[in-house]
Amino acid sequence: MLIPHPLLGLRDSQEFTYLGDASLMQRPDASAQNAEAEFCDYVFLRDNPAGEHRELWFHEQGDRSWLVVTRDTTTHEILGAELASDVKGAVK
Amino acid sequence: MTRLTGGLIDRNAPLNFTFNGKAYKGFQGDTLASALLANGVQLMGRSFKYHRPRGVFAAGSEEPNAMVELRTGARQEPNTRATVTELFDGLIARSQNHVGPLERDFMAVNDLLSPFFAAGFYYKTFMWPKVFWEKLYEPMIRKAAGLGSLSMLPDPDDYDKGFLHCDLLVVGGGAAGLAAALTAGRAGAEVVLADEDFALGGRLTMESDLLNEAAATDWIASVKAELESLPNVRIMTRTTVFGVYDHGIYGAVERVSDHLAVPGDKVRQTLWRITAKRAVLAAGATERHMPFADNDRPGVMLAGAMRAYANRWAASPVKRDSDAIAIFTNGDDGHRTAMDLIAKGAKVMGVIDAREAAPRFGDYDVYAGATVTGTKGRLGLTSIEITRNGRSQWHNVGALGVAGGWNPNVHLASHHRGRPVWDDNLLAFVPGPNGPQGLIPAGAAAGKGGTAEALTDGMTAAITALSEIGVTASEIALPQAENMPSEQVAFWHVPGKKRAWVDFQNDVTVKDIALAHKENMTPVEHLKRWTTLGMATDQGKTSNISALAVMAELTGKSIPETGTTIFRPPYTGVSLGVLGGGDTGPLFRPRRLTPTHGWAEAQGAEFVEVGPWMRAQYFPRAGETTWRETVDREVLAVRSGVGLCDVTTLGKVDVQGADAGEFLNRMYSNMMGTLKVGMVRYGLMLREDGHAYDDGTCARMAEDHYVVTTTTANAGLVYRQMEFAHQCLWPELDVQLISTTDAWAQIAVAGPKSRELLSRIVDEFDLSNEAFPFMACSELTICNGLRARLFRISFSGELAYEIAVPARYGHALMQRLMEQGADLGATPYGTEALAVLRIEKGHAAGAELNGQTTAQMLGLGKMVSAKKDSIGAVMSRREGMAADKRRLVGLKSIEPQKQAMAGSHLFTEGAVQDMSTDQGWLTSSCYSPHLNGYIALGFLENGDTRMGEIIVAANPVEGQTVKLEVVSAHFVDPEGGRLRA
Repeated sequence: MLIPHPLLGLRDSQEFTYLGDASLMQRPDASAQNAEAEFCDYVFLRDNPAGEHRELWFHEQGDRSWLVVTRDTTTHEILGAELASDVKGAVK
Repeated sequence: MTRLTGGLIDRNAPLNFTFNGKAYKGFQGDTLASALLANGVQLMGRSFKYHRPRGVFAAGSEEPNAMVELRTGARQEPNTRATVTELFDGLIARSQNHVGPLERDFMAVNDLLSPFFAAGFYYKTFMWPKVFWEKLYEPMIRKAAGLGSLSMLPDPDDYDKGFLHCDLLVVGGGAAGLAAALTAGRAGAEVVLADEDFALGGRLTMESDLLNEAAATDWIASVKAELESLPNVRIMTRTTVFGVYDHGIYGAVERVSDHLAVPGDKVRQTLWRITAKRAVLAAGATERHMPFADNDRPGVMLAGAMRAYANRWAASPVKRDSDAIAIFTNGDDGHRTAMDLIAKGAKVMGVIDAREAAPRFGDYDVYAGATVTGTKGRLGLTSIEITRNGRSQWHNVGALGVAGGWNPNVHLASHHRGRPVWDDNLLAFVPGPNGPQGLIPAGAAAGKGGTAEALTDGMTAAITALSEIGVTASEIALPQAENMPSEQVAFWHVPGKKRAWVDFQNDVTVKDIALAHKENMTPVEHLKRWTTLGMATDQGKTSNISALAVMAELTGKSIPETGTTIFRPPYTGVSLGVLGGGDTGPLFRPRRLTPTHGWAEAQGAEFVEVGPWMRAQYFPRAGETTWRETVDREVLAVRSGVGLCDVTTLGKVDVQGADAGEFLNRMYSNMMGTLKVGMVRYGLMLREDGHAYDDGTCARMAEDHYVVTTTTANAGLVYRQMEFAHQCLWPELDVQLISTTDAWAQIAVAGPKSRELLSRIVDEFDLSNEAFPFMACSELTICNGLRARLFRISFSGELAYEIAVPARYGHALMQRLMEQGADLGATPYGTEALAVLRIEKGHAAGAELNGQTTAQMLGLGKMVSAKKDSIGAVMSRREGMAADKRRLVGLKSIEPQKQAMAGSHLFTEGAVQDMSTDQGWLTSSCYSPHLNGYIALGFLENGDTRMGEIIVAANPVEGQTVKLEVVSAHFVDPEGGRLRA
């Protein structure tokens, strides 16, 4: 697979380490009333969609960027890739 | 000899080879199959299940029958197709899958038992009784299964991997492929042209068609010369593109030296990973046959293959020149073979054409509306039965060509689940619209198999492909060519009562398909698995479509309704050796060497793999006879004097920025933001699920600068996790991270004399306990100006330091310390002594931080700060985690010389030993020279309240039980006085 790194262009997926669902970026608030239940969901539960999936890839053999890659799990088509820090910044 | 005239063989280069021990001669340009045929050898092997005599059936990589073992010794290679084996001088080949000589295979008795080997035989026979599964059935099946045999010796050859990038990959170098490559090459595009054959030209080398009114080889040679002159074109012959992967990545194997007796200084094969913006699939087509009674005798082969042997290799398919050849066809293509054979001077008996209105293109007999209904000849064809309007007659022939139409080689086009679609005019499946992105089928692979149309289609495909990536290519002047007549009818097999083979390699007959239908295994996927059709090494290239047609007939459905299976990589078999690509033995993965590796080697150290690193395990001295003797000496040297150990492999992460303290507060379970500049703190990291993850030290070098360490094994993982936290969780924090593991060499200087030793190398630095206390850190210079970092930390429990210098000075620093410490008894120690020292001190390491333990179990529960959030803090307080009462304890053998092995489970004395009474387990164990006995660490139920109790460590695997006393994990200096001395 080739991943369109937003800074470096098309890079081979062998340079990356895959983590999984980008929902891992939404870490719950530890001070919330139901923090333990929220963390249980956060740590153990993932959606497993057939189709568009936002997921985290680490450019470990490259510039050490974490990327949010949008991939169609049924075709492996890459629909986009953004720097995770930008995505998180936009959410903030 | 049945060698014909002409052909693309070099008669000035004769080659000697042997087959089953008998010597033969061939020529440069021959394949093993063509050379055997030219020597009148028809019988080349035995079938898999029934051990039927078999001859060569095809002329390319689709071959189902002519499987041979090549070479001898370690290079012996089974299941090689004779049709793609280039002949070389001295080649040694043997037939396979027979017991006794090929002509009298004792296993041929299976053929008489064939009624018992029906479709689904394995599923039906080896079911009952269950107790026979492992003891009887499996060994029996294993013995019978498989075709060739292995040498059981290591592969002596080298393999390699390579990477290529191009604008256009052209798969196949026939008419369409050459036209595509030339079009793209002239347009200046980066082109890779790959073909599995050793010669370019594809079918053009096997046909008699003229190009520009001259032999096709003239045009091929001129195109080849031009392509070779273009710097943007790379021609790769002997290269099979075996798979299409995501985003334009193609896998290919180049057989660099398979055609040589020994590779010499070359690699045997290279695995290429080709990243192509676009690709043209010009893989050609494979001819199919029409099953009829006893159609598997040596001498029966594909008519197109017969034509190829005659035209390219000047080899006749018969044993003797006087033997006649017949052709059985359902279309015009079979007549082409008859014409070409006649032109070569072979004796053609006639063409049996299933069509009532059969044409006649030349001077030969035509049996119109007739079929072949039987054959004779035990080890090779002697006669065939021709039936017309219910009347049959036997004719003597030495070979029969079967022409059932051509199937486009759609394989690569369906590697991404793209389904081929049925073309009613072509009577074949062609690549569908949902093939891999960027792959354009062309020529015969796209159903355009006429020479003229293939040339045009290849050119057009290249122009289209390049226009999609913004390269303008122009039409080229194509050679004048014509499309040969290719009318045919849908005739798939000759009905009859006798066995008619569909899949030769796996011995699947029309009857088997009928039985599968009767047993309701009608979907193609079920048919495949029930009958093993298409599941042999040839993957059914010559049989799949014929089988589908038979099934369609039985179910009364059309072929497209019946469906087709799709293909996945590899197109042809790929050896495991080349997939390894040379990554074997010490090259299996990179080995990281510490800065003092060379020095340690010179000291005669033994090494051990720790993660990716090679670390010195211990340093034996003359006179020491066991590793224990060495390790005991090293341990005692540290406890009484000073020892030196390279600890570079521990991960180091440099953390800088205004929010560095806050960031580390969130990474570690304990407080790091409050750490004073110039001090070090032990840190424990949790996983987000609350379990203990990794430990290390955080040294605060400046207000906004920390240097943190990780365990050796987790260095990469922890750094990855920290970058995740930084970029994905808290990008708003002002912090920057970089791994500096390789940048700094770090040496532990441990023991009561460590301060004295260090004082001899530091540049005016106050090492006194007051100025530089336990857990202090500082930047400094040593040895007259070398920058260094000093940490007063201890893994051994002794007064100890770790000193770091830029990695390139690591070797020199170790030498300097050894010189300066000679009178202090400075002793290098390895990982074994390091482990003994830390077990004696009760420090946790990988065995205790194994991913299943918690901070509380480690006795570090209080480290998980409740004043702040950190990774894993919330989950570590979960009820089930918090309720775990197992605690890390020390354990001492009651009989000091008896070792309890790590991994043993702990039980109360006298208790039944099972899961319900399990009290915990041993994590680490060693001989303590300090205590003169075996000690261990382990997790024990309520261990912190059971000091002094005698328990049992059970190791049922080795039938061992050892009595242990529960003690504090700190066997040495529990008060920590030595650390602070």
